[in-house]
Amino acid sequence: MLNSIGGWLTDPAHWTGPNGIPQRVLEHLIYSGISLVIAALIAIPLGVIVGHSGRAKWTVSLANSLRAVPSLGLLFAVALWLGPKIASSLAYVIPSVIVLVLLAVPPILSGTYAGIQGVDPAARDAAKGMGMRGGEVLRKVELPCALPLLLSGVRSATLQVIATATIAASISLGGLGRYLIDGLSVSDYAEMASGAILVAALALVMDGILSIVQRTAVSPGLTGKFRNTGDNRPVVTTTARGDASDPASPTDRADDQREALV
Amino acid sequence: MKRTILMTGAAAVAALALAACGANNNPTAPAGGGGGSTASAAGGSITVGSADFSESQVLGEIYAGAIKAKGITVTTKPNIGSRDVYIKALQDGSIDIVPEYTGSLLTFLKGTAPSQDPDAVYTALKATLPPTLVVLDKSTAQDKNSIVVTKDTQSKYSLKSIADLTAHQADITVAAPPEFQTRQQGLVGLKSEYGFTPANFLPLKGAAVVNALTNGQAQAANIFSTDPSISANGFVTLEDPKLLFGSDNVVPLMRKDKVNDTITAALNAVSAKIDTATLTDLVKQVDVDKKDASAVAKDFLSKNGLG
Amino acid sequence: MTWVADHIGDILWYAGQHTLLAGIPLIIGLIIALPLGWVARRYSKLYGFLIAGSGLLYTIPSLALFILMPLILGTRILDTLNVYVAMTLYTLALRVRTVADGLGAVPDSTRQAAVAMGFTGMRRLLKVDLPLAVPVIAAGLRAAAVSNVSIVSVASLVGFPQLGYYLTDGYQRTFPTEIIVGIVGCVLLALIFDTVIRAGAWAITPWQRVAR
Repeated sequence: MLNSIGGWLTDPAHWTGPNGIPQRVLEHLIYSGISLVIAALIAIPLGVIVGHSGRAKWTVSLANSLRAVPSLGLLFAVALWLGPKIASSLAYVIPSVIVLVLLAVPPILSGTYAGIQGVDPAARDAAKGMGMRGGEVLRKVELPCALPLLLSGVRSATLQVIATATIAASISLGGLGRYLIDGLSVSDYAEMASGAILVAALALVMDGILSIVQRTAVSPGLTGKFRNTGDNRPVVTTTARGDASDPASPTDRADDQREALV
Repeated sequence: MKRTILMTGAAAVAALALAACGANNNPTAPAGGGGGSTASAAGGSITVGSADFSESQVLGEIYAGAIKAKGITVTTKPNIGSRDVYIKALQDGSIDIVPEYTGSLLTFLKGTAPSQDPDAVYTALKATLPPTLVVLDKSTAQDKNSIVVTKDTQSKYSLKSIADLTAHQADITVAAPPEFQTRQQGLVGLKSEYGFTPANFLPLKGAAVVNALTNGQAQAANIFSTDPSISANGFVTLEDPKLLFGSDNVVPLMRKDKVNDTITAALNAVSAKIDTATLTDLVKQVDVDKKDASAVAKDFLSKNGLG
Repeated sequence: MTWVADHIGDILWYAGQHTLLAGIPLIIGLIIALPLGWVARRYSKLYGFLIAGSGLLYTIPSLALFILMPLILGTRILDTLNVYVAMTLYTLALRVRTVADGLGAVPDSTRQAAVAMGFTGMRRLLKVDLPLAVPVIAAGLRAAAVSNVSIVSVASLVGFPQLGYYLTDGYQRTFPTEIIVGIVGCVLLALIFDTVIRAGAWAITPWQRVAR
């Protein structure tokens, strides 16, 4: 079996044309990318506002409860609802993107909110003491401090979006999910399994890239490397959960927030 | 960072090693030998399967009900999938009987169907079947694959037959089930017989195909000839001069080792009672009236004194 | 609504299947995660390896994992074992870290007091560390339960019968009622899991109920 899968993956015919691997990977990335950008544009400002002002926390709870809704159900429901209203083949792309955005917003919102919320009050005080005003405090102190958890939320959202874009192939969307769905319909295990391996590889690569971004974008002062060892107090105190575990680096702790996906 | 890469690499190697363990068999291939059903042969119980569209499910329920009425234990396995999937299930003994269509099955097994004549197709099919499978009597009821367009599209391009589509293929999107892409009675045959390659293909299942046509997302679709949506929406079926979609009579396909006189008699009686008009009505009850296939089947059987 | 009433038997059957497919892996995953989490806590060198390994697992989209299971297990594509193992792996991937962190959240002073009272190794683990870790472990378990219920519905694309059947069938027949039944069913089931786990955690942590 591994042979036929290897054969399928190395067959040059599968690397060219509209059903070729590069084309499908590109489609997958485009749908995922657009949805993530839209979701970030919605969720990050919202998370900053809620975390900063401490009000309207119900938005975060509402977003989190959305995770209980099966994504396959959302896809079919929105596709059926919007199908008659859109005359072109965008009738399947638009519902897919809407659902992808709906699924990407909760993790990013949650991460941003937790990040802003968890900023050390001492840091905020110090900034104000230095004469910074609201907007400056946000830009120069709060956002950088919130970055680990925010990026963790983005990582979570990315994996969720890649996974859901895969099953969107069942409403005729392109992307790598096509190999899984089309292979299923004709019982071609080589095609199915090759598609599955490609999707898994894409997810791993994107997660790896974001992991690197997370490590490089977070300010070195936050990684705990330059911690004042005198009194053993960690630089960043608690996450939104307030757990008292060892002062690991914020990046690692931020990974706690990630949850399993579709 | 380096450690994480190392750990991840080690985990990947471990996963591949595990994969090698189960790697030899094809998970979708039929199981070897006589399959699981020989164990139940003594009790004479039968499993009836059906494909992933409503007409097949109704027919499957009808077959099951008719056999049950003769006192044989029956289980049903509805909605298995496309032909590729349920033929494998038939060969490995997961199911014993499935409703089939003469021309489509023949094309699937042999690559072409000889003619439009139902009897010729039936005879050719019997000759082509593998030794483990048989077909019982065919019904007069026909349900063909067809290429269907909306009235507007037909008048816009003055379409009469599938051949007329080729000239406008750059503007045509076709909607059909995913397996249509690789079938002779599908995009493959459309290209070889009519030189037709659509600009775009929408792989959808069931009513979603019809919706794509009515909502204007596709200009042509593969819809079964008994589908009530054709008349309900005023769709036009394009002619098929090259007989790509041949003739398709409903016929029960079953495992040879499960054939006995009781079952044969029961199913032949059913086939005699189903004609195209009846079949169309049965499908309408499931698709439009949203009744359950089993309820519709029960109704048909009692009306015809078969169950 | 009459449709729901007419088909309530089928709906409950599918819901039952769904409960098994989502619930059993939850339990098994937790049971396996407990010793693994303890090992990760105890031997910090293994911590990184275990966390990286489980990180790999929950990065893989579910449909892909369901399809790849036959390759790893040698099963057929429609064997339910595929879903059970895949879901257990997902549960495990999350639980190992949460168990490790939960065990680590036990305050040092409490641990030292337990040692002073004569609790050794395994007894301390079972009587002190684990019970105190319950809140953190339960919180993670609730999240995993909700997630599992949602993921299992995807299995209907391969052909496994559970509540997700109403989603695929509803779309194929343009039957919105079925899709609503599928969605509501999953959400209700997730709610039930959440409540049961919360109640269980509450029941085994009497010290948290003492009036403050």
